[in-house]
Amino acid sequence: MKVLKVIVAELCVASLLLAWSMAASAAEKAADNYHTYCAQCHGVKGNGKGVNVRDMSVQPRNHTDSKEMSARSDDDIYKVIKEGGVAINKSVLMPPWGDVFSDEEIHGLVTYLRELCQCSYGK
Amino acid sequence: MTHIKYLVAAVMLAGANIAGAEDGAAILQGQCASCHNLTGPAPATLQELWNRKGPDLFYAGLKYKAAWMEVWLQKPERIRPAGMFYPDHVKSDAEGGDEIDDSTLVAHPALPAPEAKAVTAALMELKGKAELVTAGAYTPGTLSRSSGEMLFDKFKGCLACHEIEPGYGGLSGPEVYTAGQRLQEDWLASYLRDPHAWDPKVFMPNKHINETDTRKFIDYFHLLSEEGAK
Ligand code: HEC
Ligand code: HEC
Ligand code: HEC
Repeated sequence: MKVLKVIVAELCVASLLLAWSMAASAAEKAADNYHTYCAQCHGVKGNGKGVNVRDMSVQPRNHTDSKEMSARSDDDIYKVIKEGGVAINKSVLMPPWGDVFSDEEIHGLVTYLRELCQCSYGK
Repeated sequence: MTHIKYLVAAVMLAGANIAGAEDGAAILQGQCASCHNLTGPAPATLQELWNRKGPDLFYAGLKYKAAWMEVWLQKPERIRPAGMFYPDHVKSDAEGGDEIDDSTLVAHPALPAPEAKAVTAALMELKGKAELVTAGAYTPGTLSRSSGEMLFDKFKGCLACHEIEPGYGGLSGPEVYTAGQRLQEDWLASYLRDPHAWDPKVFMPNKHINETDTRKFIDYFHLLSEEGAK
């Protein structure tokens, strides 16, 4: 009887884990990812004035600033999201998100940032 | 003993009423389960993350120090300055920047001493994801406060989201100046190595902290807690 319950419990755990791994691999919408992971520093409006900025020694980029944002290539933006600020010689305060997002989701965020700044590389 | 734990897990997963089994477990089901996940799994989608009303407690017995918990449950004080999910608790200030809207943060329910004791005992039984914790992973070292702060701020950028004293640091994550009192060392070691193994959608980055720095962080949290206790 006990053994049976152990098996039942193990089956439950196994199916939960399966459900988890399937759900976790689904891509989230770029705007949703931005408002969950990025807005804490870059701001709910993307203006660089998130709830965390008070004591930050380097201020987060204003993603609505087309002048600043057009100075970066899509490849650099992709890289900084995946590997963090240090990967492009910027502040360690910009975290790496490669463990959270799929490559597809990072591409989605690059596109989303281009919408926010209404700009592209060089213009 | 393992069998007993499996039985508890089986009963809880099946959603059966275990109120008679133990007072603490009954209180948990009746007064706490509406906000706290006692069975797992952790949120696997953003929608589930946004809907989470309180920290997951299905691995409470691995994560929290019982002595701290029993006291906190009687007199809960805020740990996350911006609540569970900061966008629910921010408003715009005069310059268009985000600030915390305190009016949206509610006080945590408090328990009388005997209930806090029973609930703590019941929570210490919950050990989901035990395979992620290595007993004895942390061994104490010595560290100066200034080198701890250098690591936390300059080298690893953790200060952006965590306060190291009341009113100093980032606000979207839990305060860390009480982490040494609250959290078990071996759990901390596991969480710092891979936060998403515990909480796949959490908005803390994985900074790939090595073993040496992990130990330093935990030593640092101890230092901060000792100072706070003075
Ligand atoms: C912990 C705070 C923090 C979070 C969270 C954060 N950033 Fe940043 N980010 C920064 C800071 C600080 C900078 C400025 C770095 C510098 O100028 O050295 C920055 C810079 C950037 C830049 C500009 C790099 C450049 O100089 O061209 C991009 C693009 C960017 N972040 C995207 C994102 C995205 C997308 C997210 C969410 C997935 C995100 N950030 C989350 C702090 C953060
Ligand atoms: C209305 C929702 C709600 C209810 C009901 C509730 N909690 Fe909580 N609980 C929270 C939130 C939100 C936090 C985070 C508090 C903070 O960070 O300041 C929390 C934090 C905690 C913590 C600390 C964990 C941590 O990581 O910070 C414990 C322990 C806890 N609750 C236990 C209980 C118990 C036991 C009950 C039932 C008697 C209960 N809670 C009822 C919402 C709730
Ligand atoms: C972008 C913001 C962010 C950064 C950067 C960050 N964290 Fe976190 N941290 C969080 C969030 C969010 C949580 C989990 C909140 C929860 O459980 O409700 C967390 C949880 C924690 C916890 C568990 C705290 C608790 O009370 O449960 C510790 C310890 C911690 N972080 C340490 C660190 C360290 C060390 C670093 C630097 C290597 C770091 N964090 C960087 C946001 C961040």
